[in-house]
Amino acid sequence: MTDWNLSLISPIMPEIFLSAMALLLVMVGALKGDKSMGFVTYGVIASFVLAGGILYSVSDTRPFDTLNGMLVVNGFSNVMRGLILTGMVFSSLLSLNWLRQNNFMKFEFPLLYLFSAIGLLFMVSSNHFLALYVALELSSLSLYVLAAIKRDHLDSTEAGLKYFILGALSSGLLLFGISLIYGYTGSLNFSEVNAALVSAQMLPVGAIIGMVFILAGLVFKISAVPFHMWTPDVYQGAPTPVTAFFAIVPKIAAFALIIRLMTGPFAILNDQFIQIIIFVSVASMVVGAFAGLLQSNFKRLLAYSSIANMGFALLGLLYNVPEGVGSVILYLAIYMVMTAGVFGILMSIQRRGVALEKIEDFAGFAQYSPLLAYSLAVLLFSMSGIPPMAGFFAKFFVFQAAVGAGYFNVAVVGVLASVVAAYYYLRVIKLMIFDKPNSDMAFTPMCQFSQLIVIVASVAAVILFTFMPNQVMHQALEAAQSLFPQ
Amino acid sequence: MIEITLFHYLVLAAILFTIGIFGIFINRKNVIVILMSIELMLLAVNINFVAFSSFLQDLAGQVFTMFILTVAAAEAAIGLAILVTFFRNKGSIAVEDISTLKG
Repeated sequence: MTDWNLSLISPIMPEIFLSAMALLLVMVGALKGDKSMGFVTYGVIASFVLAGGILYSVSDTRPFDTLNGMLVVNGFSNVMRGLILTGMVFSSLLSLNWLRQNNFMKFEFPLLYLFSAIGLLFMVSSNHFLALYVALELSSLSLYVLAAIKRDHLDSTEAGLKYFILGALSSGLLLFGISLIYGYTGSLNFSEVNAALVSAQMLPVGAIIGMVFILAGLVFKISAVPFHMWTPDVYQGAPTPVTAFFAIVPKIAAFALIIRLMTGPFAILNDQFIQIIIFVSVASMVVGAFAGLLQSNFKRLLAYSSIANMGFALLGLLYNVPEGVGSVILYLAIYMVMTAGVFGILMSIQRRGVALEKIEDFAGFAQYSPLLAYSLAVLLFSMSGIPPMAGFFAKFFVFQAAVGAGYFNVAVVGVLASVVAAYYYLRVIKLMIFDKPNSDMAFTPMCQFSQLIVIVASVAAVILFTFMPNQVMHQALEAAQSLFPQ
Repeated sequence: MIEITLFHYLVLAAILFTIGIFGIFINRKNVIVILMSIELMLLAVNINFVAFSSFLQDLAGQVFTMFILTVAAAEAAIGLAILVTFFRNKGSIAVEDISTLKG
């Protein structure tokens, strides 16, 4: 046993810093009550930014075991943690204006963001099923409460209840899987599980079943078919900033976990793993594309759009080499930036004094606020994968990965689904720019500085990405490389 | 006398787990029953862990069980709290009344 010193935990300094800030801000909130709302909110945002700075200063490409092998921090988890913290900054900036407008003075709101961020950050570095479970639950329990945070509204509480029931079911499935893996490999540590599976004479069936259960639990978190039922309801019912948060951040972390499991403990079960991924990916793309056509509520539309997007991102996993994983990382990053921008714009417009809900309400939007409307058009073009926006490159790289692995049929289904999904994005653009407003009630732009930051950052990233796709892809590849033994 | 082996524990756990899942999906009456079913699933997992732990002579499984029990308590608390807020708004906790959001 070596002597303890600070360098043994230095790679997880961002998490430790955030935990300390969380405890501090809870105390401030508890002692000063709702008067401390402003302080706690800005404190949480500042903590995310500072944690990003700490992450940058401690990040190192070499893999690093910490907390007795519970966590392994490597290049991949550094990039994912960077993405998560960026997403957290975006989503907490987006919530500011909503909190002010609705006079929502509960200091728990920003703190729940902070707690779930801590869980998500630990999740992407976990190297042990216990760490995985505890981190996943820390984030999920905060998310359940966030969905139901508007506790005097039926919609919000119903969304929370649905999310809770299905979320608890999925964590039950995950746990059952973990127990089987434990029983059949005799360990909970990712590397030891892998070693046990590699040295087994024949693959234990129990371990394969366990893997399927674990995947089912995680597929729920990224809201891919067949565990997507909660997504439209929760997106619609939860308050819009919370929906934005759900759409942006937790999916990235759950996806990172799937990638870690695929390349770590279940590397030897790749054939079975790929079969599940093919099914989930194709089903998500098709359901996301077709069910989205029928929606009239914009938040529900975004829910189906996110289901389809997760299907596209899963395509990259079919190619179990750094190129495939790199394309997924890139896809997630671009998806996050685009979604943040779309939600930013959605939250900066009101009509008849209420937030926009129906897709038809966007009619004639360009006449009132051309800048916002054209920004939304750029983001939606990008989401539907039209060059030269970033979304095109994201899709291009995952399709390339699927073709590279020899899954031509799956890639063709993906391209077709992407064409179908383009309809509902283009419809919104058509309504905004070419249609007459459906009533004379004027739009009231509610764009505040905090939202403007997010929108400008998102639109700029989507357009500027065109000039350097290969450099960014190179970064993603480098991160992916750290998952594969040389 | 039959000897109780690992296999028996696993079958028991699998049966309890399945009852839990069916309890969530088939139940059309009451949300409280769903919460009970979730509890049942988690306890089935605990049986699995303890049985494997004793079979493998390895403590990690029992430690995991402690964590599951703790998290399950937190989860039940949050679930009941959300259920209470839902009841205040809707005046009912029947499963068929959770239907405002659809489309």
